[in-house]
Amino acid sequence: MDNYPALIVVAPFIAALFAGLFVWIDERLSYPIALAGLAVSLFSGIQVMIQVIASGPIQYKLAGWAPPIGIEYRIDLLNAMVLILVAGVAFLNLIASYRSVQQEISDRTGSYFTVYNLFVTGLLGVSITGDLFNLYVLIEITSLTSYAQIALGDKDRGPLASLNYVFIGVIGASFYLLGVGYLYMYTGSLNMADVAVLIKGSEGSSTVLTAFILCILGIWIKMALFPMHVWLPNAYTYSPTAFSRVVAPLMTKVMVYVMIRLMVTVFGYDYIFNTLHLSDAVVWLATLAVLAGGVMALAQKNLKKMLTYIIVCEIGYMVGGAWMGNQLGMTGAILHILNDALMTFALFLAVGNMVYRIEKVDITDLKGLFGKMPWTMGGFVLAALSIIGVPPTCGFFSKWYLILGAMEKGAYHFVAALVISSLICAVLFFKVFEICFFESGSPDHENSHGPVAIEDAPVSMIIISGLVSLSLVVTGFYSGTIVNTIILPFLK
Amino acid sequence: METIISIKPLLAVLVTLFVVPVLISSSSKPNVRESWIFIAGIIKLVLILSMLPAVLAGKQIVLTLFEFVPGASIAFRVDGLGMLFAIVAASLYIVTSLYSIGYMRGLKEHGQTRFVSFFALAISATIGAAFSANLLTLYLFYEILSLATYPLVTHHQDEKSKISGRRYLTFILGTSIGLVLPAMIYCYHVTGTLEFSTAGIFTGELSKPEATVLLLMFVFGFAKAGIMPFHSWLPAAMVAPTPVSALLHAVAVVKVGVFSIVRVMTGVFGVDLLTTYNLGIMVMIIASVTILLGSCIAMSQDELKRRLAYSTISQLSYIVFGVALLTPQGLLGGVIHIVMHAFGKITLFFCAGAIYVTTHKKYISQMSGLGRKMPFTFAAFFIGALGVIGLPPTGGFYSKWNLILGTLEAQQTIFMLVLLVSSFLNAFYFLPIVYKGFFGKSEDQEENPPEKIKEANLCLIIPLMLTAVISIILFFYPTIFINLIKVGLGI
Amino acid sequence: MSDVLSLIVAKYNYWLYVILMMIGLYGMIAKNNLVKKIVGMNIFQTAIILFYVSVGYKRDATIPILANAHDAHGATAIHAADYINPLTSCLMLTAIVVSVATFGYAMALAVRIYQRYQTLEEDELRMRLSEE
Repeated sequence: MDNYPALIVVAPFIAALFAGLFVWIDERLSYPIALAGLAVSLFSGIQVMIQVIASGPIQYKLAGWAPPIGIEYRIDLLNAMVLILVAGVAFLNLIASYRSVQQEISDRTGSYFTVYNLFVTGLLGVSITGDLFNLYVLIEITSLTSYAQIALGDKDRGPLASLNYVFIGVIGASFYLLGVGYLYMYTGSLNMADVAVLIKGSEGSSTVLTAFILCILGIWIKMALFPMHVWLPNAYTYSPTAFSRVVAPLMTKVMVYVMIRLMVTVFGYDYIFNTLHLSDAVVWLATLAVLAGGVMALAQKNLKKMLTYIIVCEIGYMVGGAWMGNQLGMTGAILHILNDALMTFALFLAVGNMVYRIEKVDITDLKGLFGKMPWTMGGFVLAALSIIGVPPTCGFFSKWYLILGAMEKGAYHFVAALVISSLICAVLFFKVFEICFFESGSPDHENSHGPVAIEDAPVSMIIISGLVSLSLVVTGFYSGTIVNTIILPFLK
Repeated sequence: METIISIKPLLAVLVTLFVVPVLISSSSKPNVRESWIFIAGIIKLVLILSMLPAVLAGKQIVLTLFEFVPGASIAFRVDGLGMLFAIVAASLYIVTSLYSIGYMRGLKEHGQTRFVSFFALAISATIGAAFSANLLTLYLFYEILSLATYPLVTHHQDEKSKISGRRYLTFILGTSIGLVLPAMIYCYHVTGTLEFSTAGIFTGELSKPEATVLLLMFVFGFAKAGIMPFHSWLPAAMVAPTPVSALLHAVAVVKVGVFSIVRVMTGVFGVDLLTTYNLGIMVMIIASVTILLGSCIAMSQDELKRRLAYSTISQLSYIVFGVALLTPQGLLGGVIHIVMHAFGKITLFFCAGAIYVTTHKKYISQMSGLGRKMPFTFAAFFIGALGVIGLPPTGGFYSKWNLILGTLEAQQTIFMLVLLVSSFLNAFYFLPIVYKGFFGKSEDQEENPPEKIKEANLCLIIPLMLTAVISIILFFYPTIFINLIKVGLGI
Repeated sequence: MSDVLSLIVAKYNYWLYVILMMIGLYGMIAKNNLVKKIVGMNIFQTAIILFYVSVGYKRDATIPILANAHDAHGATAIHAADYINPLTSCLMLTAIVVSVATFGYAMALAVRIYQRYQTLEEDELRMRLSEE
């Protein structure tokens, strides 16, 4: 079947429409429809991946219009990986979040599932499209839906966090749009591959330079690269748990993907590293991002907020790797898109389970959790180890490539930042473990070491959280395979 | 060198890991649970021993699991050195399991299932480290071991163990992430491989300053070896239940640290490179400082387990010291000390635990006259002490003898003095305990009528007698281990 | 001086959009009232729409509605120079939709915030939040 590429995006979109329709008819049906849409999308994603591995990149002309006039979907290995990642994470989270949605936003489940699917449609579209303007529209779809979801969260803080996110999100997207405008002025085309050919040889052009700076700046704002990260922690902390579990792993990672796509496919290595010589400056910025993210995470008292600052830190990893200007660094950055998405997903799944049972996740609320929720904590520990970078979890292997890349470039400050941030993460998580392990939950049983009643999250949540955490180890073991079959062929 | 591809190393590592779910599921039936531990432990030992003939014949047993990048895979290779360490760890695991039944039940400790599960995990990681074919795999198991021992160290879950656990992690994780990880990746960056080989992996890429910095990063980075100033986690970790102190903090964990340093020096740098750059002296100085200071501090400790801990710190540096001599005799003496010290020190820890379970006494000053009540325990303590000091008829004599010969061989007479002084100090802080135990006056006869204190129960006595006897046997029959070392290091 | 002036005059559309954009950005950053911020955001987005539309403009050209097509001999040939570029305007239709949606959504949030805190002034909001 040739229409798998379209199906990836269209299936969740149609599902969203029907799920929205059923809000008025029978709200209970919204959930299975949404789930089916994502399942189809995930299946198509896997099919596309198989095709791409077997026979190279796929070009799919939307509605039969040939590029550069029509919108083109161009799927290579990188796309395919991100597509499967997005569809997979969204699908699994939808299974795991059913109970948590019922608990947190019981009055609006139907609308939640509708908007959720629209959000995923946006992300999938961003990852698949080969058209610069289409990319903008899809980024905005993603952003608009995530604004809405975030406002559904914390009754007091949610709306304000969401509004601040809107302001910064609009600035970011507008910068990107402006950049695309300049590119269009210069080339008269919006197709990525076409633009790449047309701007070749015009290294000195100030129009291209303006376009480049505006595009990258816009994307950096959207991905919350330090110091443009201020919107992220509040927005992700106060959103409904079910939604932060999907937005935290995916949103920033997809934006990193967009950055890499712009760097590799549109502007090209040569322009960025040989003409502009931006590598050093950006790697320094990334170093700062890594350190600042880690240090700010140390100051947090709320587990969810702490994790959001770790995201800021991890963004620094990927930006640093991508701008290292060598293959090892880029490999590390791309591998880290996959790994970090899984790690963050696993962490937020575990946090979601905790919220389901104990509602508030200030670090002091977590006392005695190892006894109370052993399975959830097991998943949490694995994910945390992966963030710290303990082998054989996948976090170690992307760090390996990033450090190697930095060594090859001689950027030892970045190596130091990576090592220090690993240590900071170790401190962070063991601080949490300590509280969970040492302090018993109920004060009246202070000195009795008898077995605590196990009150873990519902089975559906535990299974998904356990699966994802185990996948960290599996991905770690197979990272050699992933690099050899996906990343290296992509980078040639 | 002839290699055999076999799945046995993997099985030997995994068998105690697979038993963990079984342990958890049988947590309500302690006897069933414990019997599973023995089954797993014995299977493990049998698997390891079944590889022994091939290794002694000079073959290597290899298994590559995941090729991560060329030159850095997750792979096993069983050579003489790894085999030596694996035999020691696996056989002592069985003995310690027996001991911990007596200990944990005797004290009615909580969370016994958690305890045995993480214990099994820790021993899996130890064997994995022993069989690692390259630095990456070694690092992997090193880290797993660090994490698996954390719940064991903090087993009591009280304020004291929390602080100790914090110190434990700070030192162990801090150094392994902060020093070993960058050093390892730098090695890969320079050479493109991390496979151990007796010739070393560097072929002239490394200048002397670089080599010095890297070597220091490794020596201090493997903080499990307790090289000063990264030693203070070990006394802190003594809050753990005694079986943990005995197996992990006298054998498995600390020796994984030393073993890693030995591997790095002999397999990554290679003896030739170290000799060329004359780096052995530097490591010897570092080790000598730890040997002497460790012994001195040990003398001032009144808590028996802490004294043993400082003694361990000091003894571990013997091994590093021996390897740093870079001569055949020195290497032999250093590596064989892994075995000899293991049996000696575990006996001492078993005795300390047995005394604690029976009398609840932790301090040496309280133990006066106790030997008459607990003759077997104190006799074993005496043998263990002889083993650590290095006097015949125990195996410890053999390693010290070779170390001293090694210093002569390397013409480092001044370092021979270090060894002699330290042995003297060892005797000074161990023998009085035994003497007082047998001949001292019991202090608290009023509160504790003599008939109340009896010899410890059988589960505790058998293991400690066993290890004491093996210590003596090793004096007469060290051949198998010597051969393993000769095969492993090609000397 | 006259060079700069002529540059400004020649490319006045760019200057206009830059000025508008800065006004919008100023509103979003400096204003204390949430509604004013939202208005600033809208001005900001409009500036970009203006930029795009002006990029597509050509002197002496008309809207691209074709009265007749080519005949076989090219008699009534269509010259691209006679028509403005329709694509940028088309793109902006989408961008307008996006900006309207964002604007509406932001206003809805403002209402929500007002209902909860009875104020739209940011400093007061911040005070209220830190009290809680």
